[in-house]
Amino acid sequence: MPDAELTEHDPDWSATRRGVIRDAIGVGVATGAYGLSFGAISTASGLSVLQTCVLSLVLFSGGSQFALAGVVGAGGAPMTGASTALLLGVRNGFYGVRLSRLLELRGWRRPLAAQLVIDESTAMAVVRTSKPAARLAFWSTGVSVFVLWNLATVIGAFAAQLLRDPRTLGFDAAAPAAFLALMAPRLRSREPRVVAAVAAVVALVSVPFVATGVPVLFAAAVAVIAGCLAKLPLASADDETLAGASEIDEVDA
Amino acid sequence: MWPAVLVASVGCYLIKLVGLSLPKSIIGNRRVMHVAELLPVALLTALIATQTFTSGQRLTLDARAAGLLAAIVAVRLKAPFLVVVAVACAVAALVRVVT
Repeated sequence: MPDAELTEHDPDWSATRRGVIRDAIGVGVATGAYGLSFGAISTASGLSVLQTCVLSLVLFSGGSQFALAGVVGAGGAPMTGASTALLLGVRNGFYGVRLSRLLELRGWRRPLAAQLVIDESTAMAVVRTSKPAARLAFWSTGVSVFVLWNLATVIGAFAAQLLRDPRTLGFDAAAPAAFLALMAPRLRSREPRVVAAVAAVVALVSVPFVATGVPVLFAAAVAVIAGCLAKLPLASADDETLAGASEIDEVDA
Repeated sequence: MWPAVLVASVGCYLIKLVGLSLPKSIIGNRRVMHVAELLPVALLTALIATQTFTSGQRLTLDARAAGLLAAIVAVRLKAPFLVVVAVACAVAALVRVVT
């Protein structure tokens, strides 16, 4: 990361700032649309409107939230759903490691920033070329997504409550479609495709033998084994940061 | 349901906070990073497979498969997120009406 620090005195700074904030609002609106479907799927899966809203406010990570609702909706034990949600949330921990150098957080800002560490805010921050721009991108994207995601969740949750049988509208096909849209950008190379195929087979084969929701946890083991067996290309510390950054996709919450 | 909602919510928040608080060297291990990148792929595919092709502990093939097929086509055509979801729902609902 070059330390060409832009400041308020920099002539380019106001243009940079406008661009960053415009992008932040755009990502927030796109994610909000997706929050609508989370609110609807979650209440259709049997969670209450309040539980659905707590997930969006406190958990605040789309993939994990969909996973919990999905497992519960399929008849799995709620705690199995929570385990899947936590495993999916692990990536946010790694985003945090990447972000801490950029954000240089102190005091009360750190616990506040932690809540906003998601795919979108990380993706928008790591592509900036200066630290002030990266910080602005992180905070503005995080706040924009947080506000619109939670608003959309409430609307989606109440809208779905109006339906008597969500299946007649095909709502049980919504969660797999949502997962597919989330995952598609991660399938650009051969290794994740092989992992995806093996994970699907392992999950389906184990379905008749273990409790609902547990096959998904077996699939996590596939990722761990594949990751441990993979040959890692040699790279310097800087390459690693850049390579990691490019794998974060904006579609995923 | 509440214990699961709270465990997942607080747990996911703590994961974020720990990530922001640790020095990079501690979990900056490239092997660990690689596993972390593969985890979402495996979990999401398993969720797709089980929620489309199972009912409880039985393997099934019903309208949801048609919905998934439609979603795959929509993703291939680079449709936005909500369109992918809406198309899957519509096709699954339609197949149920027809069959």
